[in-house]
Parts: sequence; C-alpha cells; structure tokens
Amino acid sequence: MTNEAAQAAERAARESYGRLVAFLAARTRDLAAAEDALADAFASALRVWPQTGAPDNPAAWLYAVAQRRLIDQARRARTADAYATERAALSSDIEENALAIPDRRLGLMFACAHPAIDAAARTPLMLQTVLGVPADRIAAAFLVEPAAMGQRLVRAKRKIKEAGIPFEIPGPDEWDERLGAVLDAIYAAYADGWIDAADADADRVELVSEALWLSEILTALAAHHPEVLGLRALLLHLHARRAARRDANGDYVPLDAQDTSLWDVDAIRDAERLLFQAGRLGRLGRFQLEAAIQSAHASRAFGRRVDWAAIVQLYEGLVTITGGSPVVALNRVAALAHRDGPAAALPALEPLAEFLQGYQPYWALRARLLEEVGDAEGARAAYAEAIARAPNEAAKTFLRKRAARFSANVERDEPGAS
Amino acid sequence: MKYAILVYETPAEFAEREDPATAGAYWGAYTAYNTALAQASAVTGGAGLTPPHAATTVRIRNGKRAVADGPYSDTKEQLGGFFLITAESLDAALDWAAKCPAAMRGAVEVRPVLEM
Repeated sequence: MTNEAAQAAERAARESYGRLVAFLAARTRDLAAAEDALADAFASALRVWPQTGAPDNPAAWLYAVAQRRLIDQARRARTADAYATERAALSSDIEENALAIPDRRLGLMFACAHPAIDAAARTPLMLQTVLGVPADRIAAAFLVEPAAMGQRLVRAKRKIKEAGIPFEIPGPDEWDERLGAVLDAIYAAYADGWIDAADADADRVELVSEALWLSEILTALAAHHPEVLGLRALLLHLHARRAARRDANGDYVPLDAQDTSLWDVDAIRDAERLLFQAGRLGRLGRFQLEAAIQSAHASRAFGRRVDWAAIVQLYEGLVTITGGSPVVALNRVAALAHRDGPAAALPALEPLAEFLQGYQPYWALRARLLEEVGDAEGARAAYAEAIARAPNEAAKTFLRKRAARFSANVERDEPGAS
Repeated sequence: MKYAILVYETPAEFAEREDPATAGAYWGAYTAYNTALAQASAVTGGAGLTPPHAATTVRIRNGKRAVADGPYSDTKEQLGGFFLITAESLDAALDWAAKCPAAMRGAVEVRPVLEM
C-alpha cells in the first residue's frame, strides 16, 4: 500500500469519522449498522486508493461506499416494499450530499447523553461514535473489562435504535439539562467525577486529547452557549499544566509548587479568551466557575499572585450551583486555608467528614491542615488514610515524603526522643 | 414509531377517582389529555383500568393453574391505564408522557411497541 493512500485514509478517518457515522445513522438511528458499513468502506479505501490514488473528497467517497453497503443490507433484511423505500431515501441522500457531508454530530452527542441511556455508557458511546476510539481503549481508560464495556456499548446503541432516541438538538425546555449531560459526559472523559482533575492519574492521560477533541467539536457546533465555552476553557487550563504535574523523577508536584515555565501559556491564553466570551453571554454555570477557578490559579504564569479570596468566592458559587457537592465544598476548604490559614479552615472540614470518608483528597487535606496547626497524632492518622487511598505510586511517594518530614519534626520536639 | 404509554398511579390517585370532592378534577384531567392526543392524531388505542384491587393474576407452573388475588407486582404505584400512540421519536413520546396527569405524582413508562 502506498504511503500517500494510507495517510489519506488515516486523515479521513480522524477528521471525518464522527461526521460520517452521525450522518449515516441519523435517519435509521442504527449506529451499529452505520459503524459496520463505515468500517467496510475504510477497508475498501485501504485496498482501492493505493491503485487509484486518494480521491479529492475522501469523506464523500467513504460515504457513498458505506451508503451502498447499508442499501444492500436493507435489501437483504426487508420485504420488497421496505427495500424500495429505503433505497429511494438512501439514493437521494447520496445525490444531495455528494460533496459535503452534513454535520449531524451535535445531534449524535445529544443522543449519546440522552437520559434514556445508561449514565455509565454515555461517555464511552460518545468516544466511540463521534471519535472512533476503539472499545478496548475506552475499557482500559475506565478500568472496565473489555467484554463488559463492549456489552455496555451494544446495549446503548440498541436502546437508541429500539426506543427511537433521535439525533436532535433538544427544545428550550430541556436544553439546559440535556446540554449539561453532554458536558458532563465530555468532562468524564477527562477526569472521573470523584477524582480531583488537577491530580490526573497517569492512566487517564490516554483520554485527555479525546476529551479536548470532543470539546473542540462541541465548541465549533454550539459556540453561543456559555457553558460549552466554559467547559473548553476548563479543559484547556487543566491540559496547559500537564507537563508540570510530575517532576523529573516522576514524583507528584502539587499545583502551588508547579514550575510555571512548564505551563502551556498559549493554551492558557486560549482558555482566557473563551472564558471572556462566555462571560459576555451572561449566563453563569458550573463549568464557567470551574474555569474561572483554574484561571485564578493560572495567574502565576503571568507573574501575578494567586487571588485566594477570589477562589474562595468562586467555590462558594460552585457549591451553590452544584447543590452542595461535598467534593466542591472540600476544594473550597482548601482555598479557605490559603486565604485564612489552617486553623480557620479546619472547622469547615468537620461537616464534610461523613460524606468523604472514602475520598482520598479529603484525607490528604485533613493531614496537611492538622500538620500545619501542630496536631501530631491527628496528622499522622490522616496521612496514613491518605496514603492508603492514594491512586498511584507518585501520589503515595509524595504523601510519604510529607509524612516522613513531619514525623521527623515531631520526634525532634518530643522529650526523650533518640 | 409506535409507543405504549403505561400509566402508574399512586393509591391517592386511585382514591380520587371515586371521591365526589376530587372525581371531577381527576376525570377532567384525563379527558383533557385524551382530547389533546386525539386532536394531534397521536393516539391509536388504549384503555383506563379498574384499580388494582380488582386485579387477578394467573400463572401456570408444573401444569397446574395458580390464580392469585391482586395485581402482578406489589409496588406502591400500580398500573392504572395505558395509551397506544404514534410519535416521531422517543423525545416526542416522552413529551406526551409528561403531559399525562399521572406524571405529576405517579409515574409514566414509555416503551416501544413491537413491530409485528
């Protein structure tokens, strides 16, 4: 196979996959059939293009071949009448859309995040159908057995087809909630809901560019919605700091200690621009607040000090908007400690204990605050809990180092210590 | 597409059917719903059902017929009626389900009808 043909096929795959799947499946709502037909079309491309050269409009070529495959299937599967109707509809699709495949991806994303779809299937479905991410890679990133993830995807596509979930942008009454579900699904591709996004696990790095890509597509298709811009700004901020999260030894570096020269300033500027645009649209939301918080952290990149008072206020807004999320409340306490000191923050931590017993960052924050106020016993116990729950070796190492330093201090102060 | 709208009502709603103080409002709401469906040419069939106490359940096990007093399931909300409608998509069917009076207190299930 010639290099040029392979490259053309690969590029068409990357750029057109979601658009082709969405358009092929929109009328029948049959994603599985569309994906199979498209897979056949790609296989044909890899056989034929080396001989004929890559076509001028690869997407249109792939579409025509996939459509013919779908017509063949319709012929085999149905009665004569149904086949004739199907064929007529598909043929007119091909004629009308010979040059430009209409973009039905926004509708597809809303279908993937529809409330009738199992919540655990929404992000995987979006990754597979909009971006063509292979199911086994999605499974690995979400720490799910490949067979289980495969089943989840099959069931979700079956639900879309059998229940008739449309590839449509919802009406005004449902818009906020349905868009929220799409944004949540994209964000989940970047960071699991219960993991502090600034503490991204090494395994999650696999889906970061996919999350960014989904957010880019959504931004291109729905730029007039402030939360869409807010999500993109948030993801860009988080992604901008990826090179600074681990030091040369692979050890974890907390946010306030990161070397800002390793931050991607262009990404930060893009994020700021998007957040500004969102602000002008005048409807605050969860992702804009999260992005604004990241923006406040990013001011170190421009030589400014972090405005902790502003961050506390933003978290207060976020607590309200999320209906009192304990994780958000925890992040607010961390900011409070920076603004008012550990002694002022500790009382705010107590009411969260019952909700966050199993949440590692709770214990990490508790340990740090207790250490800073000089409660040796409490800090030691909290460090033990934090280390036990740490998600990876880098986090464990970081906490052990802190705990060891602290324990050494205590031993020096205790009378009679050797 | 054809959908079944299955109406699940709370005990309070069933009670409202008979109570002279509430019956007017109860049946008025369902009449209005039926009218809306008819005007949109969305409904192809359906029926209201008597309350669950009038139900009897039949099973055949090991060749023997077992008849039990009462409805199939023991839940708080019970099937009170059903509509068969035609709608463009699940979202359109959900919009109709949301307009059903039972949606406010009980629950309304939407399920596609098998194409035979």
